[in-house]
Amino acid sequence: MSVRVAVLAFPGSCDDRDALRAVGLMGAEPVRVWHADPELGGAAAVIVPGGFSYGDYLRPGALAALSPAMGAVREHAAAGGPVLGICNGFQVLTEAGLLPGVLRPNAHLQFRFQDVALRVQRESAWLPGMVAGDTLDIPVKHHDGCYFVTPGQLEELDAAGQVLLRYVRNPNGSVESIACITNAAGNVAGLMPHPEHAVDPLLGSDDGRILLQGLLDQAVAVEAVA
Amino acid sequence: MKVTVTVRPRAGILDPQGEAVRRSLQGLGYAASDVRAGKVFDLDLDVADAREAMKVAGRIAEQVLSNPLIEEFDVAVQESVAV
Repeated sequence: MSVRVAVLAFPGSCDDRDALRAVGLMGAEPVRVWHADPELGGAAAVIVPGGFSYGDYLRPGALAALSPAMGAVREHAAAGGPVLGICNGFQVLTEAGLLPGVLRPNAHLQFRFQDVALRVQRESAWLPGMVAGDTLDIPVKHHDGCYFVTPGQLEELDAAGQVLLRYVRNPNGSVESIACITNAAGNVAGLMPHPEHAVDPLLGSDDGRILLQGLLDQAVAVEAVA
Repeated sequence: MKVTVTVRPRAGILDPQGEAVRRSLQGLGYAASDVRAGKVFDLDLDVADAREAMKVAGRIAEQVLSNPLIEEFDVAVQESVAV
């Protein structure tokens, strides 16, 4: 039986369709969950996709974090279910308090749309087959991707091994070039680059499949325990 | 009860928007050595008195209007009703 993956959709989401398609390409069963829906449709994994939820009003991700669907994501995450936030989805997860830190406007105030190289920091269930020092090529496209945590939190993140990927060349001013982090439990991850846009060598890279496979593997592992 | 919540970047936090405005002001010849950009929210709350308004607005500001990691806020009651 294939893994069911919920892809949230907020007013203003724009990468939900690519995420749904990528999940299908990975052999899993995608299900679209509207922001007003307080349930995840029996999904074993969740993707919070990119876009401009609620027009990025207030702060990117701030209003989406208060939606009924995010209430269901909180419960899913608290039960150990895997959650991947991509771009705006990363912003939503930080605003929801499911991931530490916050995404701020790029330090140079310019939009960035380019392929970036990401350095693997350690082995992780999110990065099957990868070891520290490996690189992934995945595109970014954002204006508010400057990751910020206080110096104290940064030490905690590093000590707990919550930093999974760093930019080889920092495109947005993120503190210590951090590109991808997890929560303390490890089942919630967020990044500004778009794995769902890098699933076919025809488009330059299929390295995004590695993170998506990590999401599916964890969903299977959680279901096996349950 | 009308309440104004002012949200601004915390001291020491890089504020690229304020910095861009500062550079433009300097380009116009103004001696602006620092600019910080924030947000103002005017709320109309259906509460009994100014004390309650301050309390509720403070909760709203903390929970929704600001991100305490990077922002701080002030709450001010704009008008009080005599009891």
